[in-house]
Amino acid sequence: MNKVYDNKAWLLILPMLALVAFSAIIPLMTVVNYSVQDVFDANTRFFTGTEWFVQMLNDPALQSALLRQFAFSLTVLCIEVPLGIGIALLMPKKGWQASAVLILVTLPLLIPWNVVGSIWQIFTRGDIGLMGWGLRELGYEYNITRSAVDAWGTIIIMDVWHWTPLIALLCYSGLRSIPEAYYQAARIDRASRWAVFRFIQLPKLTNVLVIGVLLRFMHSFMIYAEPFVLTGGGPGSSTTFLSQSLTTMAIGQQDLGPSAAFSLIYFLIILLVSWVFYTAIMNMQKDKEGGA
Amino acid sequence: MSQSKPTTPTEVRQRAAVEDKRRRRKARAVPGRLRPKLLLGLYLLFVLLPIYWLMNMSFQSNTEILGGLTLWPDNFTLEHYTKIFTTEAWYMGYVNSITYVVMNMVISILVALPAAYAFSRYHFIGDKHLFFWLLTNLMAPPAVFLLPYFQLYYTVGLFDTHIAVALAHCLFNIPLAIWILEGFMSSVPKEIDETAFIDGYSFPRFFVRIFIPMIRSGIGVTLFFLFMFSWVELLLASTLTSTGAQPIASVMTSTSTASGIDWGTLAAAGLLTIVPGILVVYFVRNHIAKGFALGRT
Amino acid sequence: MAEITLRQLAHSYLPSPSGPEDYAIREMDHVWHQGGAYALLGPSGCGKSTLLNIISGLLEPSSGEVLFDGERVNSLPPEQRNIAQVFQFPVVYDTMTVFDNLAFPLRNTGMSETQIREKVLEVADVLELTPQLKRKAKNLTADEKQKVSMGRGLVREDVSAILFDEPLTVIDPQLKWKLRRKLKEIHRRFNITMVYVTHDQLEASTFADKIAVMYEGQVVQFGTPRELYERPAHTFVGYFIGSPGMNLLDVSVKDDQVRCGEVVVPVFPRVRDIIARSSSDNIRLGIRPDFVEVFETAQEDSLAVEVVNAQDLGTYSILTLALGDVTLKARIDEDQATPKGKAYIRFPQARLGVYIDEYRVETDHE
Repeated sequence: MNKVYDNKAWLLILPMLALVAFSAIIPLMTVVNYSVQDVFDANTRFFTGTEWFVQMLNDPALQSALLRQFAFSLTVLCIEVPLGIGIALLMPKKGWQASAVLILVTLPLLIPWNVVGSIWQIFTRGDIGLMGWGLRELGYEYNITRSAVDAWGTIIIMDVWHWTPLIALLCYSGLRSIPEAYYQAARIDRASRWAVFRFIQLPKLTNVLVIGVLLRFMHSFMIYAEPFVLTGGGPGSSTTFLSQSLTTMAIGQQDLGPSAAFSLIYFLIILLVSWVFYTAIMNMQKDKEGGA
Repeated sequence: MSQSKPTTPTEVRQRAAVEDKRRRRKARAVPGRLRPKLLLGLYLLFVLLPIYWLMNMSFQSNTEILGGLTLWPDNFTLEHYTKIFTTEAWYMGYVNSITYVVMNMVISILVALPAAYAFSRYHFIGDKHLFFWLLTNLMAPPAVFLLPYFQLYYTVGLFDTHIAVALAHCLFNIPLAIWILEGFMSSVPKEIDETAFIDGYSFPRFFVRIFIPMIRSGIGVTLFFLFMFSWVELLLASTLTSTGAQPIASVMTSTSTASGIDWGTLAAAGLLTIVPGILVVYFVRNHIAKGFALGRT
Repeated sequence: MAEITLRQLAHSYLPSPSGPEDYAIREMDHVWHQGGAYALLGPSGCGKSTLLNIISGLLEPSSGEVLFDGERVNSLPPEQRNIAQVFQFPVVYDTMTVFDNLAFPLRNTGMSETQIREKVLEVADVLELTPQLKRKAKNLTADEKQKVSMGRGLVREDVSAILFDEPLTVIDPQLKWKLRRKLKEIHRRFNITMVYVTHDQLEASTFADKIAVMYEGQVVQFGTPRELYERPAHTFVGYFIGSPGMNLLDVSVKDDQVRCGEVVVPVFPRVRDIIARSSSDNIRLGIRPDFVEVFETAQEDSLAVEVVNAQDLGTYSILTLALGDVTLKARIDEDQATPKGKAYIRFPQARLGVYIDEYRVETDHE
């Protein structure tokens, strides 16, 4: 769309800007402020420069939390994206069934995150949970408080349960925007089911998938409540992700300086990865448009 | 080589016939449209089973829950629900949650609408940077803002109020709303605006009378997302409140006491947090399919 | 390569249609001969596209049969009917190059790459797409995309027929004309049955040897453009073809004379007899505006009319005339003076058609 150059548009932006500034800029400044100081009490503080940053980057506990975080985000993306596309392809397109399936699929997205944790905590307990009990009955010694593998597996299944619907709904609406004529033309051209997916459906899904992958990456990278409720980060620290490390440090230990530095590093990592991913996709599309 | 008329139509037809038979045989091997339905059914089972289990437990007494695994409540009881609806701390949790969610939705949509319009229709100094900065707020982990929020709201005297949570959620909800609305607005042709202005509409009148009705479904979807992200967020909501505006999510932690966990009440409370979501999604179900692509397909 | 026969074909989108108005296609019989260039002409919503989709197999008709060379294909899906169809709005596979787009239908049949290459280059040459072959289809203009869509139909030389569903809607006017000629050329070269759906009579008559005019789910006339013009079989054809459409006068016989209102219209006696014998009260005389003779003075058998309006269209003028309560149009050449006020008209008897219950009754002029 051709946009008009007009700085009066700022007037429309102002109310929003005031609010977001209040809830984003001021707190962010506080964080930056803390990250370069050592605070003893309200009157005693020292300027520390980059000391906290260096310390945080060299902290082995945080390094492993970061690695775990990447491993987790990557795993859930690899499962949720293909699964979500698959579900979207299976969802009925018309009638009451379409509405019903739509509502059911959306359900997990609308449950408060700690309740998601509670649901899975109940579901997977060995004594009262269907899944925990069932796995034991099948002869598998399932125990998320002792086995790191079980804890990991459960958190991943929980995340798949919780967030695959987002990818599925994005793809579903992407698929719905494909005009019927495309499918008709494909039938006339005798395209196989795979060719229809590869050449008609998948290209139309690129845009929504970029959005989906970005959102999923960001949210999985910030995951807090669900594993906190389900495993409390354990056993050991095998499911302690970045947000939890951060809250423990900031609220639990009141290490303001280090946790502020950590916050900024955390934030920057998400920004960087999102930016790299987005730029890469945009460049790929540009290349395509350039043609061979 | 390049015959303009095919000289062997019979041969071609025979080949096609053979091919057709093969295809038809192949088509029969898969039992029709049953398999997709089966797979979808399995997935829905996976979605519903944990929720069913929650519901199952919410209708059992704690003794029954701990006494042994039952696939459905043997002694159906509403005691946990009665407890929630008669204890002020419990039901006020729901009221508090809904209050700040609605406040946040109203604030976010009111400031996001004009801002999204500006982004979709005008170029101005710093527009791209501003938009990018807004999106970065979506990427900010709430954990990062935990402490500064606590201090900020404490200082300005908003701690433990609904508005505090509503404002805090604006951090990610306003950028989200602008992002979604901008997509919808950009798909409305600019000629609509121009025609309206030529017809003598003032900007506010045009915006309210003509433009907003045109992006109704976009607004519906935006509100859905605003509801969703504000309703499900817990970290900020529980940090910024203590007793006066405590969200249901933090009331639920009170089920865990020294004597053990009150599973039944936890399950009942959890199930009740799903209900508003179901209502919301039911109302926007017809827009969701179109709107989830955020106007960007 | 096939002869396509429609036998007692009818289709309704409703599960249990109750009356004729519930049918998108009312019962019809029709034959498209092998190698013909046909047009299916009619206004929007008359069932043209439905009929096309039934032929191609995208829709299964509610009743009746579709026969390809005498073989019933009703339940065969399009991929097994070996038919090509081009849609109103261009459908291209965005991520493929133009070459791959054109090659796609051939690759799906498992043709060898050398043969595919040859076919694609040939079709690209005809459609003047050769310079674009290596480009991504996504970045083409609307008309280039539509040419690609057509090309995908045309590469398949063994198809039973190629169906076009208003393929030139999105194309610029000059290019439209050019593409239509291309299609004709291709038709001559490959001798494939082509059915071309359109609502534009000019498009239909320049493309097709024979035109089927559809109206309310039925083919009301099937003939050459000339036949449609000179002897419309149905009042709708008279009205739809030609601009302005045919004049239709409600008539009845009173006192042994054919009258339109109170005006006596001179007709052959046998025409009068036909009208007199009919029990219908829906009887009309039809005459094309160009066949109406206009005079400034009274002539033998002429009728006095009021000139309501004259519209000068360059090489000819269209007159709007009032004959009693009835309004008529007449077309006169530029060299004839435009009458003002009063004028006299005459209907050449041989050009006058009789329509009873909307259908033309043959009167056997000698």
